[in-house]
Amino acid sequence: MRWIWIDKFVEFESGRRAVAVKNVTAAEEHLHDHVPGFPVMPECLMIEGMAQTAGILVGQAGNFQEKVILAKISKATFFDYVTPGDSLRIEAQIGTISPEAASTSGRITRGEQLIAEIDLIFSHIDHNLGGKRFPEENFVFTGAITSLLRDFALSGSPSGVPGRESEG
Amino acid sequence: MTMSRDEVFQKVQGVLVDALGVDEDEVTANATLMGDLGAESIDFLDIVFRLEKAFGMKVPREELFPAEGLLNNPELISNGKLTAKGLAELREKVPHTDLTEFEKDPSISKIADLFTVNAIVNYVAGKVNQV
Repeated sequence: MRWIWIDKFVEFESGRRAVAVKNVTAAEEHLHDHVPGFPVMPECLMIEGMAQTAGILVGQAGNFQEKVILAKISKATFFDYVTPGDSLRIEAQIGTISPEAASTSGRITRGEQLIAEIDLIFSHIDHNLGGKRFPEENFVFTGAITSLLRDFALSGSPSGVPGRESEG
Repeated sequence: MTMSRDEVFQKVQGVLVDALGVDEDEVTANATLMGDLGAESIDFLDIVFRLEKAFGMKVPREELFPAEGLLNNPELISNGKLTAKGLAELREKVPHTDLTEFEKDPSISKIADLFTVNAIVNYVAGKVNQV
């Protein structure tokens, strides 16, 4: 994962569901460029937040051994604007997980209010039908995601980071 | 569980409407998934997942779309057409499909025409009424 867009996980049930939070601040420059004079979070970045939340959930289900890539946005419906000061709760749930892929469904809420419903499909790209080869190293899950999961003791670890279970 | 062909068709139709974002009336029995309904390879997985959920059964992807694996294998394809080896494999994988027409011009774009709504309905109907 090249950049981190969510702030941290607050719930994590391995192989089942996870909840992350994303706090939106006026210091984020893109908020001012998207619609000048009306700072609002672009909807594509809500999808990114869901992709990271759900992608890490799917990755951890396979102990971070698979390269999990967003392959399809099955559904993305938005119900309200997100503006600076909002705290988003991003909840993802695994629908199906198979050797080649996984489907997830998710909701983004602000307090009690529903902001978005986003369903995704991820591909485990080493199992692609074309037999295409990718680098050995898991470039999807790097050490950068460790801090997001700091409150959870989970099996598996991103590449280059010792697993928690191996810590003394 | 016994289901009539109509019931199976209706559920399959619902699955395809959701997976491909098409209108119900576009999902006719003879519509091709790629040509008419715009499906891409990842959509096949989406369809498999949704069928499993809708019918409560396991759907091995290679059973439902037996010819799909051929599309990406460079040994079986040359210049956008199936090679002799590719044709032989295809015959083996789809024994119940008449390939006489296809063999005259085995372009891979035409393999796509073998994936129809009807093919899914046949497969699912056979499977749910098996037990």
